[in-house]
This record gives sequence, structure tokens and C-alpha cells, in this order.
Amino acid sequence: MTQPAEPDFEVIVIGAGIAGCVAAYQLARQGRSVLLIERGEAPGSKNLSGGVLYSRGIQQVFPDFGHEAPVERRITRNYISFLNADSSVAIDYKDARLADPVNAVTVLRAKLDAWLSEKCEEAGAIIMPGVRVDRVLTEGTRVVGVQAGDDELRTHVVVAADGVNSFIAKEAGLRQQEPLNHLAVGVKSVISLPRETIEQRFNLTGDEGAALAVVGDCTQGVGGGGFLYTNLDSLSVGIVVRLDDLTAKQKVVTDIFDHFLQHQFIAPYLEGGELLEYGCHLVAEGGLHMIGEIAMNGMVVVGDAAGLTLNTGLTVRGMDLAVGSAVAAAEAIGDALDRKDTSKAALASYRDKLFASYVGQDMKTYAKAPHFLEVERMYQQYGELFANVLYGTFSLDTQPRQHLLKVARKSLARSPLKMRQLVRDGIAGVRAL
Amino acid sequence: MKPLSVPERLTKNRFLLDEEQSHIEVNQEIAKATGTGKLLVACCPAHVYTEEPDGTISVEYAACLECGTCLAIAAPGALKWHYPRGGFGVQFREG
Repeated sequence: MTQPAEPDFEVIVIGAGIAGCVAAYQLARQGRSVLLIERGEAPGSKNLSGGVLYSRGIQQVFPDFGHEAPVERRITRNYISFLNADSSVAIDYKDARLADPVNAVTVLRAKLDAWLSEKCEEAGAIIMPGVRVDRVLTEGTRVVGVQAGDDELRTHVVVAADGVNSFIAKEAGLRQQEPLNHLAVGVKSVISLPRETIEQRFNLTGDEGAALAVVGDCTQGVGGGGFLYTNLDSLSVGIVVRLDDLTAKQKVVTDIFDHFLQHQFIAPYLEGGELLEYGCHLVAEGGLHMIGEIAMNGMVVVGDAAGLTLNTGLTVRGMDLAVGSAVAAAEAIGDALDRKDTSKAALASYRDKLFASYVGQDMKTYAKAPHFLEVERMYQQYGELFANVLYGTFSLDTQPRQHLLKVARKSLARSPLKMRQLVRDGIAGVRAL
Repeated sequence: MKPLSVPERLTKNRFLLDEEQSHIEVNQEIAKATGTGKLLVACCPAHVYTEEPDGTISVEYAACLECGTCLAIAAPGALKWHYPRGGFGVQFREG
């Protein structure tokens, strides 16, 4: 038997995040009977992201997304900075082309995901909030439904979209406990500020937005970084730190967060703001190596639950990959349901579709990025070196000037960095990113 | 601007407390023997875990933001952690 005879729903989706909602929406639009189960009191209430969604993929799913979805600002300014205790060296990239077509937007997930689940409902999916799926029901090697409390619901396909901790995928044996160098914790505050203040402070007009990404002193040398994103009338500000490094250096995560908020280059942006909400989220940073099995008899795994996040050093992505994986999964599930065969072999086309799409392609392209970003020097010494070179250039102390190359050589000689490390990291960086 | 303390921050959040059951359980012996206890205290952004004077780890499960960091860093057997029952726990209004 490749499918149970009388399911309650053709598809049951666990988790109303971006991956779960997009999968439910696509399948409902195919005319399938879909149940979307969410453990929060309402869709969105358990969901949190740093805040930047690269939106071209979701725009394809929801043509109305651009003018209908509750997004905050269109990101037209990307500010990437090495931050030291008393200096900062940054690239400030602002480009009107990023506004049209819209490339990335800031989002607040409690609002966005509520909208997504409404779209699912409009498309015919049934939403069941406030229910935690305790486990999947199995018969032999096949998933045949879900159990929530005393309720059992049967289905042809379960879509596990239950986030980075994915108890469902782990219990089904599709995912193992991740090593700590593949995991990071993000800590974030949402701080309210008047619109005009945000636009003045970040040099923005209208619904333009800025995304600041910071490495260095902001995490007190722990592998990771800080971020500051503009919402319409609030800021999302936070840090993401790798768990292997956090535990090895015996730092207190909230001390790092406080240090970032109080940093002389960050605090002025937040001045006068009031805290709206405080949250945190686990981040899977293993990249391609974290993607294991994503389909089995009667079940697929999508989004964060499948380990689909990507940190390239410049762009940090998860939500767009969630969209792409859900689209691929919904197509594969649709084909399998048509053939009345939802076995692992039939659902295997999900993987093919995933790797044919931007999701799998980008995961491959950046396969070396996680390893590269583990290079310790990135989080302290490079920022100091860059600042010292610039200091040597700008500090006109009435002594005769030297050519930039000489200043750079001197700064390097005084830095703990070695030329060969610089060369090696440079080559590795070019290959990884 | 002095940052708010973690408990002050948490007062801004909306929580629906499950008064009947905690979703977190520390095995004190294993936590102590493996050093997991101190890691829990250091790594939890919500300060759910506190080391008491006698070395045991107390748990304020009502403050949990449900990120799962504690479970990721805990030694095998040191911690039981799952999501709160449906509808309970933190309910983000921003996210």
C-alpha cells in the first residue's frame, strides 16, 4: 500500500511559518484538502526572524505581495561594517535599483505570517491554531498522520514545517542533533521610534529601508555578527552568535547583546526608542552540509526544519529559501498525489526540484561559506587592521605622508595577522563567497 | 541609554502561561557533572536558568522564548525541553 485509504486530509502541514504557509497555499490552490496546524494561539505568534526577506521568490507565489502584504520597508541601503571598540570601517551600498523591482523587505513575522495564513484560508486550506503536534503517526516505515493530544488525524502526506528545532524531522530520523558549529543563537529587540526619526537617522525617504550588518567588536570576538534593520516605525536590532564559539569562550549571550546595544556606533541609532518586544531564535548555519534526507514515505521537510539557511557573510537568508523549498515540495506532493503514490520514491522529486531551483543552487554555490566564516580573524583582527590603515592615511599629524601601500604594510606588521593568513583568507573568501 | 534588564525586557512580551505543566526539566546530576548547568545559565537569552547557591539549576519556564538553544548545547540526558502545549508560551506580536 502506498497511501492510506481514507485520510482526513490529503495533506497536513505542521507549522504556519513561511515554509508551512506557502506549502499549504500552493497545495490548496491545486485543489487539495489541506490542514495547516499551528501551535501558537494564532499563526505568526511563535515566529521570529532577524527581519530581512529577499522577496522575489514570494512575489512569484503571491502576485499581490508587493502592495498587499504587511511588509515594513523596501531595503535600498545595505551597510556592511567591521566594528572595533573605537573605530568602524564600512561599505555603504545604496542603490535605487533595489527598490524596483523590490529585492528585499523588512518584515515582522507576527504580522506577515498572519497575512500568509489568511491567504491559505482564502485558497481553501483549513487552519488549526493553538494545537501542538506531539508526534507523527506511523505504520511501518510510513508516516500516515499526526497526533495532537488525544486527536489523531490521518493524511497522505505530512509537511514538517516546524522550524529549526524540528522535533518532527528528528523523531522521524530525518535529522540528527546538529554540531554546535552549525548552530547560532539570534537575540533581538524590536524598538519603536517615530517614522521621521528613522528616516532621518538612516538617510531614507518614504518606505525605503536600511539593513546594517556588522562584524567584530559587536560580538566581543565571538563568531557571528550584529544587525540593525529599519521597520516602518521600529528597528529590529540584534546579534547572532555561533554556539560552539559562545560556549568555548564562556561568554554570557545577553552580555554580548547589551554590549552591542550600548556600542558607541550603535547606541545613537536607538536613542529615545522604546522596547516593543524581546525575542530570540536558533539559526542553522551549516549550509549545504546540514541538508540531510528531506523526504520519506508520507512526509517531506521544508524551510528551517530542513536546515535551509544561508549566511554568505553579506546576505543572511532563510525566509526566501523557505519559500523556494515549499514551492518545490508542493509541486512534488501534487505530482505524487496525482499518481496516488506518496512513497519516499515518489516524493523524491522534491529534492530534484529543490536543487534545480535557486534554493539548492545557492546552497551549493555557498557550500564553503560556513567554514570560511569560522575563521577567527574575521571577528576582531581584520576590522582593526582596516581601521589602522585608514587611520594612517587620514590622521595628518604634520609628519610627512607615506604611500598607502607602506601604511598598509606597517599596519600589517603591527597586527597579529600574518601576510600568508591574509592571502589564504583572501583566496578562501573569494572561493567561498 | 542603559539597556533594560532581561526581566524588564520580558515584561514587554505577551505570554500565555501554562500553569499546569512546565515544558522544561533539568537533570541536576547530569547538568552538574557535565557542566551543562553553567552553559544553560550563560546561553539562554531569556535567563530561564539560574544557578542556585547549592549548585542546582532552577528553571523559570514562564520566561522561555522557545528558541531551543538550551537543548542544542545540553549534554545528553541533562535537559528535557520541548515546546509548551498548544496555545501556551510566548506569543509574539512583532516577531
